[in-house]
Amino acid sequence: MLTSGTILLAGSLLSPNPGLIFWTALTFVIVLLILKKIAWGPILNALEEREKGIQSSIDRAHQAKDEAEAILRKNRELLAKADAEADKIIREGKDYADKFRADLSEKAQAEAKKMIAMAKDEIEQEKRRALDVLRNEVADLAVRGAEKIIRNTLDAEMQKKIVDSMLQDFATKRN
Amino acid sequence: MKRVNVIQAKAFFRVIAIFVTFLLSANSAAVASPEQQAVVPHGSAVAAQAGVVAEAAKPEHGAEATEGEEKAGDVIMHHVRDNSTLTFDPFGEIHLPKIPPIAGIDISITKHVVMLWVASALLLLVFSLVGSKYKNMTARQAPKGIANAMEALVEFIRTDVAKANIGVGYEKYINYLLTVFFFILFCNLLGLVPYAATATSNISVTLTLATITFLITQVAALKAHGIKGYLAHLTGGTHPALWIIMVPIEFIGLFTKPVALSIRLFANMTAGHIMILSLIFISFILKSVVVAIVMSVPFSIFIDLLELFVAFLQAFIFTMLSSLFIGLASAHEGHDEHDAAVASH
Repeated sequence: MLTSGTILLAGSLLSPNPGLIFWTALTFVIVLLILKKIAWGPILNALEEREKGIQSSIDRAHQAKDEAEAILRKNRELLAKADAEADKIIREGKDYADKFRADLSEKAQAEAKKMIAMAKDEIEQEKRRALDVLRNEVADLAVRGAEKIIRNTLDAEMQKKIVDSMLQDFATKRN
Repeated sequence: MKRVNVIQAKAFFRVIAIFVTFLLSANSAAVASPEQQAVVPHGSAVAAQAGVVAEAAKPEHGAEATEGEEKAGDVIMHHVRDNSTLTFDPFGEIHLPKIPPIAGIDISITKHVVMLWVASALLLLVFSLVGSKYKNMTARQAPKGIANAMEALVEFIRTDVAKANIGVGYEKYINYLLTVFFFILFCNLLGLVPYAATATSNISVTLTLATITFLITQVAALKAHGIKGYLAHLTGGTHPALWIIMVPIEFIGLFTKPVALSIRLFANMTAGHIMILSLIFISFILKSVVVAIVMSVPFSIFIDLLELFVAFLQAFIFTMLSSLFIGLASAHEGHDEHDAAVASH
């Protein structure tokens, strides 16, 4: 083992060999040129192309996402607008219905009042007519009764006067 | 699955190696026979291999313990160092051809050159497959199989290493960073394959790669700041009286980065191999089966798995630091702006 150390130190391992340097340089340069043509060119081109493809795919995806978001936003806006519209229509309908109902009931009440008033008038008229009829009837009856009384008694003329005054009294009291 | 097979195969050869030691060291037949019986169920081929190696090693059997120690060191160094033979024990070896030196440089092909080429061939094979898959693929298709596995690594280097450290303009350096990562990774992984060697455990290889990073860094710095800014950076922004100290320090600082890069990679890859071989040779030196079973085999398997991790880690660190140096060299102006912004707050 000691000898291997001395051989190493003596420089057979560490001394460069010009022939080998020449061959290494030559081999390396030739390999570099051939590989550049047959391998690195196509591989690096393919890698770059793929990189570009991936980048454009990502860009496209982002674009599509943005578009989709814009559409979604638009749809939401439209939906909100439609909702507001529907609310407005419903509210208007309700208002109209309320107003209509109020109108209707007012009208009905007015009608009813009018009808009641008319009925009251009619009743009053009828009552008056009935009273008139009744008054005539009562007068007739009284006259006939008095006739009978007077015929049976003394002076019919006298009796009639008394009854008339009494009836007059009656009528004033009644009214 | 493949990696597991590799480790299993390597561990299997280690087991054979231990049995060989046992055969060499065993003096009594009584102890040897149960072990041999244990070998036989593994297959007659294994027994035959063990026999061949035993025959080959027999002439050295008579050596003293100290000489054995020397031999272990030599074997380790022989394994780690570069040489001009590819050894395929026990099937034989291939002597690589010598090329006459050109302009005083010996450019003969060595073991590590062959390993560089094997790794490069594998790299080109894998990536020609992956590249052709990508050429026939539309942007909408997902990668499958090996293309997917490599894409994960490529994408990691591109975004987490290059983009994160260099920032704007990283495209200029991405080809280099990807190549250096996979080149180192394949060289490192090749070192875990039996009979192969790690080219990145040679300082020449790592120094070359680090020098390329250094050159790219300097070019990036010159481009970003111009010659004037580049020279101004060497003064460290200090008073002219201090330049006589600052300029040498900054100048040395330029070179420490690539040297550190190359030493780090080389030392990591070499250390792992020396560790594995040393653990195995403990049982050879002590001539003990118990040590082999209790220590050498489990520990060398552990170090082997660790090496697998280190192979990825060191490739990543080299690439990471390269991109960091390039980023530091080219994005200094942004740093100044940042400082100014902080000061104005």
